[in-house]
Order: sequence, then C-alpha cells, then structure tokens
Amino acid sequence: MSIAILSIHRGGPGEAPRRDVFEVPFEAGQSVLDGLRWVREHTDPGLAMRYACLNANACKECMMRLDGAVIYACTARLEAREMRLDPLPNKPLLRDLVTAIAPPDERPPDAA
Amino acid sequence: MAEDAELRTDVLVIGAGGAGLYAAIEAARQGAQVLLLDRSLIGRGGATVMAQMTVAVALGTEQPDDPAFHLRDTLAAGRGLCDPALARLLCEEGVEVIQEMDAWKTGWARHADGRIRQAHAPGHDRPRCVYVDFLSTGPAVSRTLRTQAQRQGGIRRMGEMLVTDLVLADGRVQGAVALDLAHGRAVRIAAGATIIATGGLTRLYRRNSASANMAGDGYALALRAGATLIDMEFVQFFPIGHLAPRLIGMDPIMWDPFRYKLGGRLLNSEREEFTDRYGAPPEGGRYVVTRDLATYAITKEVAAGRGSPAGGAWLSFEHVPEAELRANFGPVIDRLAANGIDLTKTAIEVAPIAHYHMGGIRVDTRMATDLPGLFAAGEAVGGANGANRLSGNAITEALAFGRVAGRQASALAKQEGIAWTDPRAREALALAGRAGAVRPGFNPAAMFAALQATMAEEVGAFRTATGLARAATRIAALAAELGEAPPGAPLPHDLARADWFDLRAGLLVARAVVLAATARTESRGAHQREDHPGLDAAWTSNQTVTLAGGRLALGQQPVAAAA
Repeated sequence: MSIAILSIHRGGPGEAPRRDVFEVPFEAGQSVLDGLRWVREHTDPGLAMRYACLNANACKECMMRLDGAVIYACTARLEAREMRLDPLPNKPLLRDLVTAIAPPDERPPDAA
Repeated sequence: MAEDAELRTDVLVIGAGGAGLYAAIEAARQGAQVLLLDRSLIGRGGATVMAQMTVAVALGTEQPDDPAFHLRDTLAAGRGLCDPALARLLCEEGVEVIQEMDAWKTGWARHADGRIRQAHAPGHDRPRCVYVDFLSTGPAVSRTLRTQAQRQGGIRRMGEMLVTDLVLADGRVQGAVALDLAHGRAVRIAAGATIIATGGLTRLYRRNSASANMAGDGYALALRAGATLIDMEFVQFFPIGHLAPRLIGMDPIMWDPFRYKLGGRLLNSEREEFTDRYGAPPEGGRYVVTRDLATYAITKEVAAGRGSPAGGAWLSFEHVPEAELRANFGPVIDRLAANGIDLTKTAIEVAPIAHYHMGGIRVDTRMATDLPGLFAAGEAVGGANGANRLSGNAITEALAFGRVAGRQASALAKQEGIAWTDPRAREALALAGRAGAVRPGFNPAAMFAALQATMAEEVGAFRTATGLARAATRIAALAAELGEAPPGAPLPHDLARADWFDLRAGLLVARAVVLAATARTESRGAHQREDHPGLDAAWTSNQTVTLAGGRLALGQQPVAAAA
C-alpha cells in the first residue's frame, strides 16, 4: 500500500516550532483534509486544524500552506509523497495549523 | 449577580446559519442587543452555506400559486405527521422572508422580463423553488444575511464559541456557558432570551451532507435543560449522494441540480430504471421521485443484489449530449474532468446520504420551547416537516422561523430583563474550563467515527428491532468510555476537547433517535422498519423525548389539528 507523508507544523505562539511527521494510507481521490482527519482519528486527536464544510469548498476555513503555497485542504489532492503543511503566514498563530482568520470584530475577546 | 458573567446580552443566538442570522437581524431590528455565536466562523459553518439550489416559496412567478398549495404539498410529504400550524407558518412567512431576501440583493435567478425563476422540484404540484445559481444558492443566502447582520446595528458577532450548557434559574433559561475555542477557556453569558439555531444531527452518520458542526448539539442543550424533543426518529436521507468514483472539492449532494436541469437516469446493476417498481411515477428522464421513496428504492435494490459496485445505484447522463452538459454546467464539467470523470462516457455511483432531520426541539408558533426564556429556529425545530421534508423547505424554514424567533425573543427579553445566578453556572463552567485527568490513548475523534458507523449501519434508512438494540448497546459503551469530564487542560483550538463535548451531545441525541425509532413499529416517510413494513394508521401520532435524572423518557401526542 502506498502512503502519503504529512510533515506538519506543531505548536503555538511563543513555542519553538517543531514538525511532526505522520504516515497516512494513500488512496487516489483523497484530499489533504481527508489525510488530516485520518491523522486525528488514528494517530493524534490533539492536532489542531480548522474546517467546517468538509469537502464542499464552501466554508473556506481550511486554508493553510502546502509546500509553501496557500491552499484549501479540502480541494488539494493528497499525494503519495512527503507533503509539508504549515499555518498561514501573516496571520496570528493559534496552534499547529490554525491561525486567527476571522475579522477582528468577530473573534472572542482576548481578555474576557 | 449578572456582573459575574463575562458577556451580557438581551438576546443570545446560538448558531449563525440561515436561522440564527435571520433571528439576530430581526431581534436587533426590534431593538434588542444581540449576541450571535457560532462554534465555527460567522456565516461559514452550518448547513445554509452548503445548500445547493432550491428554496420553496409560493411566489407564483411561473404559474399562479398560493401558500395554501405549498402547505398542501408540505403536509402530503410529511405523511400525516406535520404540525399544521408550523407548516403553515413556514409557507406563509416564507413568502415574506424570500421577498425581503430579494430586497437585500440575494440575487435570485430571474427571467429576462424580471420575474424570479422558479424550478419544479419533486413533490411540488407546480414550479415553486427559487434559486441563485445551480450550485451556489446557499453561499449567496449566507453572504446576504451576513452583510445584513453587519449593517444592522446592535448585533455582536462572535465565532469560535462552542456553547456547552444552558444555565437555568427558577425554571427559566438565563444564558449559557461556552467554550471559547480560540483561547481554550470557559465563558459565562447572561441573556434575557436564548435562541437555539444550531441545525440538525446529520453528522451523526458516516456519510452525510452536513458540515462538521451538525451533530445534534442544540438538541442536547435543550434536552439537558428540560425542553422536549419531537419526531426524533425521522432522519431524511438524500437519495443520490455521490458515492464513487472518489472526487475532491465537490459537495456530495451536487447531483441534485444536474437532475433538475437534465433529468438523468437512475439505474441498477442491470442498467434498468427501478424506482417505479417501488411506487414512484415512471421517470422518463425527468426528476420526479421524492426523497423517501428514492432512498427506499435504492436501498432495496442494493439489498436484492442489484446495486452498483460500490453499493449504490448508477446515475447516468451518458445520453445527454456534451454540448448540453457544457451549456448547463460548464465549470463543474471542468472540475469533474480534473477528477477523471467524463459524464458522456461513464455513469457515476450514488447512494443515500444523511441530509436533514425532520425532528427537533418542540416549539409553538412563536418558536417558544416548553422552557421559559428558550426559543429555537430552523432545522433545530421539529414538527413542521413531519415524517419527510419536501424539497426546498429547509432554507425557507430557517429564514421564516429565524425571523419569528428573533421577534419573540426580543419581546420577551425586553419584558423580563437580564438575570444571572452565578452558582447555577458553576458546574458547567468547571466542565468546560477545568483541566481533567490526562488519559493516554483516549481518542475522541476515533470514538466519534465509531458512533457514525453505528448510526449508519443500524439507525440508517432501514431499521430493525435487533439492529436498533445493537446500536443502543454500542452507544452505551461509547458513553461509558467518554467519562464524566474532558481529559487534559483546555488549549487554544482544542479539537479533542470539542470532540468530547460533541460526543457528550451526540451520544445523548443518538440515544433519543434509537429510542423513538425502536418504539415506532411501522414504516412511514423517512422511518423505514424492515420488520414492520407499511404505514400503520394507528401510528398517526408524534413521539416526544424528554430527559429527567439522566434517563430519557418517550411520550406520545396526537398530531396537532389543522391550524
């Protein structure tokens, strides 16, 4: 069985960035989001990522970087090779692959 | 003391899909201060943004029409179980909200002479469904409401807030406790009135057309607070969800617009049309079969060994000339080509997929629940659609019920004011925010997948007493494994902690579905019992579910008389 290798940025603001590498069973017709959800269900449920609509390219929440380029994880094809996933640049990092992308007036306040 | 709560509002709206956004706009127009929360980002999560096409409303732009005709079709689709007063409200108020949405520039598709276009969907007696574009009605509806909510003063919008419990004092809902997902901390919210607009439960099924946040959490909030649920056994399956070959970046219910436009042919492994064998009118290349019947027919063919290779039915457009496919769906044809699919050469495989829940929180025509201070709106409400929902009624229901709930909640909040009793929130606050014991190997994402598998296998479109009993056993085992508190300390964007709360809600709601489905020993609409085929007139009643002392109780009530 061929595999996809996901090399994923881990950690939050102020932490020394590190990478975790996960091997995911590869099947043609999967998205990068499918691979990330596989990782959460089988290896590490603590992986932080953002998504809502799953596969419809409707919610636009699963934006991240694949090998440096900004993508939607639900429309990027999973491939049987090493794929580097990182949070969006120039957005405040929350944790792992999640950044603060909501308009500032639609976020929970920093000091409640 | 209300000062103890971090957030205070006249009206709290939980969920920012179509129902929640409309409720927030209406409550603010009536002068209330509104706090609109969503666990996802505002206007991006939920079901509305994923709607593909049809919105049913008796505008009469194609042929003369009247809400009374729309009501007649809605009641017929509901197989005798609709609450006629709620169904009537959907059909009548629906006309006003769709017209208001037009004034807000949703962009309903129009004829050259300016009339709004209406498509003829299965189950309707005439063309009655407005749409924006064949694949983008939902995003347009969401965008319109989001813009309107920004323009309308008095609405504080806040995403990434997962409401974990309602807070009661003296038998009245006084607000809620939420897990702020962005920061990983618990937040207290004092509210004069609260509206649940969290949608349905279809994420409880492995194959579903829902977004990741539709796992019955609003039903669980209502149940635990003491409200009543109704018609929980009725889960609508969308018959032709995409099955194979695998494709990415497409909504699995994408074939619906294709069928509206081009008909298409639904075929078994012998390449024969078959829905007419189960009582549907002959297709003849048109899209006429209702959702419950098509789901039944496909499931039966698969069980008889006449399914497609992946376990569904073939949907073929091979007879449609490429020029016609391109003229109607050009950009989609390109996306399909990128996935290696050429509709002129190959049929695709489709199978039923969990799509909508007819049941939900019991309300009156003011959208008020049994609990003072608590309202519900949209798919979260049960009763309007009975045993089977008519195509196109979901968005109409969301907008119409949202508007009514917003108006009524605003009036109540003005009358009652904001109260808050902090000790009542203590337990919920600790659950959401406190660090629990670390549990190595505990994987709530895997547990959720196990719940989805159980629901799909045993509580899906076809049910039996033995299968439902197996489901009850597995659900109880998962609940035992879940434990009483989420493990570990809350972190920013802590999906594992969110999963724990989703499981707490989803397992309770799954129990309610299994309980009601087990008791209903007949087949009606979306509830099909293999061991009790056929509709039984003695079952022309609604079932209710309540929670007391950790135990679910089933009740029965006669169907409400015509309004």
